[in-house]
Amino acid sequence: MSAGAAPGTGASGPAMIRIRLLLFASYAEAAGREEAALALPAGATAADALAAVRREAWAARLPPQPALAVNRRYAAPGTALADGDEVALIPPVAGG
Amino acid sequence: MSAWLTDQPIDVGSLIAAVASDGSGGTVAFLGTVRRSPEDGDVASIEYSAYREMAAAELDRIVAEAAARWPDARVALRHRLGGVPTGEASVAVVAAAPHRAEAFAAARFVIDETKRRVPIWKRERLGSGVARWVEGRPPAGSEEGRGGAR
Repeated sequence: MSAGAAPGTGASGPAMIRIRLLLFASYAEAAGREEAALALPAGATAADALAAVRREAWAARLPPQPALAVNRRYAAPGTALADGDEVALIPPVAGG
Repeated sequence: MSAWLTDQPIDVGSLIAAVASDGSGGTVAFLGTVRRSPEDGDVASIEYSAYREMAAAELDRIVAEAAARWPDARVALRHRLGGVPTGEASVAVVAAAPHRAEAFAAARFVIDETKRRVPIWKRERLGSGVARWVEGRPPAGSEEGRGGAR
């Protein structure tokens, strides 16, 4: 994670974007947290954010294609991300 | 908290009043209530949680879609979050229209879409104090809900 670099600066490597990853319900419980900051290469997609999450042990319980939301809308895995975006993994819903 | 979400018991009377107008000939009120059947075991209450900002946005979209399909219908909705005891309402949808057909159709659409799409989850709290997540459904509008085309 490029903690100090401003987004887009390629001083020591590819430009990075910073996104906010949100977890809820059974996913948050399994992960032990509700939020994380993720640094991804510029041009990353929602699928790339998901791939980063899958490196964690708790993520073995995720379905093959978990529902994803970008900036509070359901999004296909190929959705491009921008710096500051909010990406959420949405467990199967049970409202209403 | 957006107008759609509340952590208080739902006041259906206020929702009915909110959609009332001289032009309305039929008003439908739907309540989704927490039930307990014998096979559920000792469920004392259901705890609802949500991705609040997205739930509010998705409910905005659902109500706007209903307004586009039934322009003469007025719709109100409340979804309760937090602990809801057995027998109490977790969600209410009220629709008023000049004629009952539109009121029923708009109310049915809004509750059905709410159940299909809105990022809300529920956990059963048993009398023993143990909590267990209730299995949900992949949300409509997501790739997962569509069977993962890609």
